[in-house]
Amino acid sequence: MSSVLTLDDVHVRYGGAHVLQGVSFEVPDTGVTALLGRNGVGKTTTLKAVLGLAPRTGGIRLRDRDITGEPVHRVVAGGIGYVPEDREVFGGLTVEENLRLVGRTSGVDAPIVEELFPDLVGRRSQRAGTLSGGQQQMVALARVLLRDNDLLLVDEPTKGLAPKLVTEVADVLARVARTTPVLLVEQNLALVRRIADTVVVLDAGKVVHRGEARALVEDPALTTELLGVSMRREEVA
Amino acid sequence: MSDLVLVLVTGLGLGALYFLAASGLSLVYGLMGVLNFAHGSFMTAGAYAAWLTMDALPGSMAVGLRLLVAAVVAVLVGAAVGVLAEAVLIRPLYRHHIQQVLVTVGLSLASVAAVQGIWGSDPHPVAKPALLAGTVEVLGARLPVDRFLYLAVALALYGGLLALLERTRLGLVIRAGVENRTMVQALGIDVRRTFTVVFGLGGAVAALAGVLYSQYAGTVSPLQGGSLLIYAFIVVVIGGMGSLTGTAVAAMAVGLVQQLANYYAASGIGDLSVVLLLALVLLLRPSSLKGAAA
Repeated sequence: MSSVLTLDDVHVRYGGAHVLQGVSFEVPDTGVTALLGRNGVGKTTTLKAVLGLAPRTGGIRLRDRDITGEPVHRVVAGGIGYVPEDREVFGGLTVEENLRLVGRTSGVDAPIVEELFPDLVGRRSQRAGTLSGGQQQMVALARVLLRDNDLLLVDEPTKGLAPKLVTEVADVLARVARTTPVLLVEQNLALVRRIADTVVVLDAGKVVHRGEARALVEDPALTTELLGVSMRREEVA
Repeated sequence: MSDLVLVLVTGLGLGALYFLAASGLSLVYGLMGVLNFAHGSFMTAGAYAAWLTMDALPGSMAVGLRLLVAAVVAVLVGAAVGVLAEAVLIRPLYRHHIQQVLVTVGLSLASVAAVQGIWGSDPHPVAKPALLAGTVEVLGARLPVDRFLYLAVALALYGGLLALLERTRLGLVIRAGVENRTMVQALGIDVRRTFTVVFGLGGAVAALAGVLYSQYAGTVSPLQGGSLLIYAFIVVVIGGMGSLTGTAVAAMAVGLVQQLANYYAASGIGDLSVVLLLALVLLLRPSSLKGAAA
């Protein structure tokens, strides 16, 4: 299987903290790859290193293109969409303006928005800062899907959302992953089991496990060892 | 009654000049986080460019027309100086705020020294069109006409900048960048190009402020930009960094308070009143009048 993204011995240092210590893995060019690990092991930093939002060394390739030294806007314009942790929508801008930032022709009327996020259509003039957490997540997802991407980086999209919204977000990601590979940081193992194909587990800034998502999530002993948590027996069933 | 009208119009006219001086400063800080102490140099550059242009134009040309041409030249010079300062001095230091302050303070001091070295320390009188030097009677008060020009220019600039921010893609990127410039980049937008444009815009507006302030003062001098910059900073802090409407409201408030205090309390007390107003706003609303909303 070919890879859309390759990380080769990537290091990130913030001052004296060595956050990523030689991270290497590949993201297949289909489906969802879940990046897992306990809190503070470097999952979000890995996504930021790919984008150039964290000071990184090592090698990062998007297909055949070395993007290690490229500025953030060029990495993104080159085909990587980013949905950050905590959404980071522009609260003072309307829903329409948040989407129009991506491109002159994008906006609430784009077919993909009407198809995947119909709730946003009636809220085009509402300031994004006044939306609920779930609606903000829809804005954050919609604005990256308005662009053609080679890869999506999605950081904890279900954090703080009600169970019904978690299901909606999972549905959207599953549909998106049919055409665009996704690298997903997620704590919700049930969601990982449902939509992820492969997993990469980090611990203390290093990759400690790679493999199939189901094989990991359905092995309570392994998830407890690697993640400190496991799914309940009935969830696995 | 006529005294009050005169004081109010003078205060609003001065407030208009403060708005012109502060609006570019506010946008630059709001978007880029750059506290630009060299903004006064942009005003001085504009004032001197206009003075030199008016002197270079034939004396047979009407003073008003010469002032108009000089103002256009000054705005272009201010924009060029702003773009150059951003590209050469600010861009390499975007993540180094202390160094940014040092380099803009350094540029400010160096530009004053350069102007003094070339054109001397003494103020130079600037020609004023007869129409602007005159007065007009309103509600029994004889009001200087130039105050209305400052107000008209400030209103036009406010409307223009508001239209730019609300109706153009550049404005959309600026408003988003004021909120979260990292996320703007993460959407694939080269925010550095926007930085350059905004710095150029700030330089152009500052230069226009310099031209009109030299008309208000009747002279150009090397320290003029620096003294106007102090009020610009006060206005921006009160109004909110990055907030155009907050800047406009704060500028008018500062101009009015200064003039009212000077007239009704004691001459010279106006500056102290402005500082007290700043302290009062910071105590009651530490996040400024308008927060960071553009």
